[in-house]
Amino acid sequence: MKIVAVCGMGIGTSVLLKMNAEKVLRTLGVEAEVEAADIGVARGMARDAQIVLTSDDLAPEIGEVSAKVIIIDNFFDLEEITTKLKAALPE
Amino acid sequence: MSESLADELSDDAIVLRAEAQDWREAVRFAGDALTAAGSTTDEYTAEMIRAIEELGPYIVIAPSIALAHSRPSPAVKSTGVSWVTLAKPIEFGHASNDPVRLVVGLAAVDHDSHLATMSNLAGVLSGDLDRLLEATSPEELRALIRENTQ
Repeated sequence: MKIVAVCGMGIGTSVLLKMNAEKVLRTLGVEAEVEAADIGVARGMARDAQIVLTSDDLAPEIGEVSAKVIIIDNFFDLEEITTKLKAALPE
Repeated sequence: MSESLADELSDDAIVLRAEAQDWREAVRFAGDALTAAGSTTDEYTAEMIRAIEELGPYIVIAPSIALAHSRPSPAVKSTGVSWVTLAKPIEFGHASNDPVRLVVGLAAVDHDSHLATMSNLAGVLSGDLDRLLEATSPEELRALIRENTQ
């Protein structure tokens, strides 16, 4: 499975999101590749991803993609990331 | 870049209880601290503000915390971090994480060189934020950050 963490610049928030998503996936025992991306390349990368993680402000910028777009409010809240990822993971 | 956030934060990179009136001024404090620490030029500060104008306040990544940054550019001389606590909480216009009490400024020369610091930062900011915000000197802040570094 491929997950893309998206932010505006690709060096800050998406990197934090990627790190915490990886932590959560490890705990859940889910095998997935998480990549950080800036909004410019995100659409292309989201094409073969199953899940896109991003923030409220950036979600509309990603546009129509087949991946599930998950909005994270608190990037440090592992519980929030866990709940939202669990709901989006395929059974 | 060293692995430790505490070592990364020189006195020049730390501003405690900054008197900012709005989000632009708060981000400017973080940018000026990066410049004072020798990491960026003034142009990077302008880029950070422009990024928020264009993409919205998504940099407010958790309650009370903004991660001000732009992308690698000629305005970045070396990878660096700055730490600005605000005397008065400031509204950035974020739907759920306002108001902001801490602005962390981030500059990176590429997409990889700052990853160890980011990991350190994630660990520290997941901890007790109130204690970090109460630090009254750079020395005290660095000690608290070291305490929170796994």
